[in-house]
Amino acid sequence: MNRWIPYIAKRLFYMALTLFIIITATFFLMNFLPGTPFNNQDRLSASQLEMLNKKYGFDQPLFSRYLNYLGNILHGDFGISLQFSDQKITTLLGQRMGPSIQLGLQAVLFGTVVGVFLGMIAAMHQNRGLDVFCSLFAITGRSVPNFVVAVLLQYLFAITLKWLPIGLWDEGFRSTILPTLALSISPMAESCRFIRTEMVEVLSSDYIELARAKGMSEIRIAFSHGLRNALIPLITVLGPMTVSLMTGSLVVENIFAVPGIGEQFTKSILSNDYYTIMAVTILFSALLVTVIFLTDILYQLIDPRVRVEGQA
Amino acid sequence: MIEAILRVNHLSVSFDTYAGTVRAVRDISFDLGPGETLALVGESGCGKSVTCRSVMGLLARNARVEAGEILFQGEDLLKKSNREMRAIRGGKIAMIFQDPMTSLDPTMKIGRQIAEAVTLHRKVSRGEAKRRVLELLQLVGIEEGEKRYHQYPHEFSGGQRQRIVIAIALAADPRILIADEPTTALDVTMQAQILDLMKDIQRKTGTSVIFITHDLGVVANVADRVAVMYAGRIVEIGTADEVFYDPRHPYTWGLLASMPTLATEDEKLYAIPGTPPTLIDPQPGDLFAPRNPYALEADKIAEPPLFPVSGTHFAATWLLDPRAPKIDPPEAIRRRARERGSL
Ligand SMILES: Nc1ncnc2c1ncn2[C@@H]1O[C@H](COP(=O)(O)OP(=O)(O)OP(=O)(O)O)[C@@H](O)[C@H]1O
Ligand SMILES: [Mg+2]
Repeated sequence: MNRWIPYIAKRLFYMALTLFIIITATFFLMNFLPGTPFNNQDRLSASQLEMLNKKYGFDQPLFSRYLNYLGNILHGDFGISLQFSDQKITTLLGQRMGPSIQLGLQAVLFGTVVGVFLGMIAAMHQNRGLDVFCSLFAITGRSVPNFVVAVLLQYLFAITLKWLPIGLWDEGFRSTILPTLALSISPMAESCRFIRTEMVEVLSSDYIELARAKGMSEIRIAFSHGLRNALIPLITVLGPMTVSLMTGSLVVENIFAVPGIGEQFTKSILSNDYYTIMAVTILFSALLVTVIFLTDILYQLIDPRVRVEGQA
Repeated sequence: MIEAILRVNHLSVSFDTYAGTVRAVRDISFDLGPGETLALVGESGCGKSVTCRSVMGLLARNARVEAGEILFQGEDLLKKSNREMRAIRGGKIAMIFQDPMTSLDPTMKIGRQIAEAVTLHRKVSRGEAKRRVLELLQLVGIEEGEKRYHQYPHEFSGGQRQRIVIAIALAADPRILIADEPTTALDVTMQAQILDLMKDIQRKTGTSVIFITHDLGVVANVADRVAVMYAGRIVEIGTADEVFYDPRHPYTWGLLASMPTLATEDEKLYAIPGTPPTLIDPQPGDLFAPRNPYALEADKIAEPPLFPVSGTHFAATWLLDPRAPKIDPPEAIRRRARERGSL
C-alpha cells in the first residue's frame, strides 16, 4: 500500500501542473477573442464604456489581471458572469452541473452496457450475420451526429407516439430518457466496436483455447474469460468518454431544452462572457484530468499485471 | 492385445483457405492402449496438432473432417454433439498446450482457473473443489499451495506455469492426456523436469498419453510407441524400440540422423535436405520423394501403403515392397542398432 503514496503524489503534482498550464493558456488566448462582452457596445458612450471596463477590471494591465484571477481561483472564486448581470459563476454553473452529470452518467452507463453486449455478440459470430449487423450499427452510430438522433427520437417518441415529453426538465426521469438515448449512441457505438476488436483477439488467444479444452461452453468462456480480458482496455476509453458526456453535449442539451452546462457554454460563447467561458473550460479540464487519473488507478487495481508494485 | 481406449481410423482433415484446400491430415490410423504413451513425431506443419485437435473436437472453423472415425471407448467422437463433446473434453480427454506463458488467463487467479476445470466435470462444493485444487498443485510439484492458490499467472515462472496447465488437465482424472509439445517453449532443465513430472503422473494415474514433439530425443525417454508423421500421413509407426533401433522409412532415418545425441565427434549434425511439401493440391506420388535420397521410380507414381514389418511395426515406403531393390540404412542408423545389440 505504501508504494501507492509516491505514485499518487507524483500524479497529483502533474495534474496540478496540467491545470495550471491550461488556465494560463486559456486566460491569455481569451484576450485575443474578437469583440467585447458588452453586446450593446455600439450604443455605449466612451465614458460608459470606461466605467464598465473599470467595474470588471478590464482597465488593469493584462498581467496583473492574470495574477488576480489565479489568486481568486485558489479561493474557489471564478468571478462573476458578464452576461447574467453579476451572478457568481460558481452559483451559475453549480445549478447547471446536476442535469449534465446525470445525463452523462446515464448515457455512458446505458451506452456501454448495450455496446459491450453487442460487441460481444459480434465477436462470437465473427463475420456472420449478427456480426455484420452489429458492425453496421457501430458505423452508423459513429458517423451520425447525436443531434440528428436527438431530433429523430424527439419526432418519433414525443411528437408521433407522444410517449415521452418533447423536452424541458420538468417530468423527472421521464424527461431524461430521450436525451440519454440520444447521447448514448456514441458510447454505444464506440464500445461495441472496441469490444468486438478486443474480444476477437482475446477469443483467439491460447488461454481461451485452454478454456475450451477444459470443456467450457462458448457462452461461459465469453463471459468468464473473454469479457474480463476485453473489458480492461475499455476502461481507458471510458474515462474520457464519460467526461465529454458529463460536461454536456452542447447541441443535444439545446434540443431538449435541458438546463445543463452545455447549454450554458453555448450561450456564454455567443455573448463573449469571458469568465464563464474560462470557468467551463477549467471545469472540463479538471474533470478530464481527474477521470484520467482515476482510470489509471482503476486499471491498476483491475489488471493484476500492471500493479504499481510491479513497476520496479 | 488389450482393447484400445482410443482408435483413430482413416482420419482425413482438410482446411478451406483462400489459396485452396489444405490437406493437413490424410488417412491416419492409430490406436492407443490404456496407460500407454504414444509419441507423434514430425517436422513443423506435418499435421500433429491437427490430429490431436480432431480428437479433442477443437478444430478451427474452416476445418473439414473428410473421412474417418475417432473411436473413444468404442464410440465415434466425430458423431457426438457439442454438448457431449464438452463433457468429454477436459473430463475424459485433456490437453496440454505448447506455450505455458500464454495458456493461462492473465487476469484470473490460478486457483480459480484450476477449480474451474474441477467443477466443470464434477458436482462438488466450493470447499471440496479447493481441496482438490490444493491436491493437484501438490501432485504437479507446486509448493505452498494455499498461498499460490491466490496468485496470478505472471507471478509464476514458465516451468511452474506449465505445471499449473498440467494440473488443469489432470483436474477431472482424464483417461487420455494429449500433450502438444509441452516442453518446446521451456529451457533444457525445465524440459527435463516437466518430462519427469509427466512420467511420474502417468505412473500414479495410469492415464494414456499422446505426446507430440518434433524432438526425437524427448521421445526416447517417454514413449512406448512412436508414430512418425510426414505431410499429413503416418509414415512409420511401431514400438519405441522398433522405430529407434530398426527404422525402415528413409524419413525416420533422416530424423534419427539429425538427433544431436547420435552425431559423433567427427560427424556434422545431419539435416534432412529440402523443405516439407505444400499440402494444397499435393503432387501425385510419395510426397517425401523429392527429399528422399533413396527414392524409387514407384515413388513418383503412387503413394506407398503402410507395409507391415512386424505385428506392431509398419512403414509407408516402397523400399519394403518385395520388388524393391534391397537398400541398407545409413551407417549411423546401423551403428545404433549394433550398439543397442551389444548392450
Ligand atoms: N486453421 C487452419 N487453416 C488452414 N490451414 C491450417 C489450419 N490449421 C492448420 N493448418 C495447416 O495444417 C497443416 C498441419 O498443421 P499442424 O498445426 O497440425 O502442424 P504441426 O505438425 O502441429 O506443426 P508444429 O510442429 O509447427 O506445431 C499445416 O500445413 C498448417 O498450415
Ligand atoms: Mg503443432
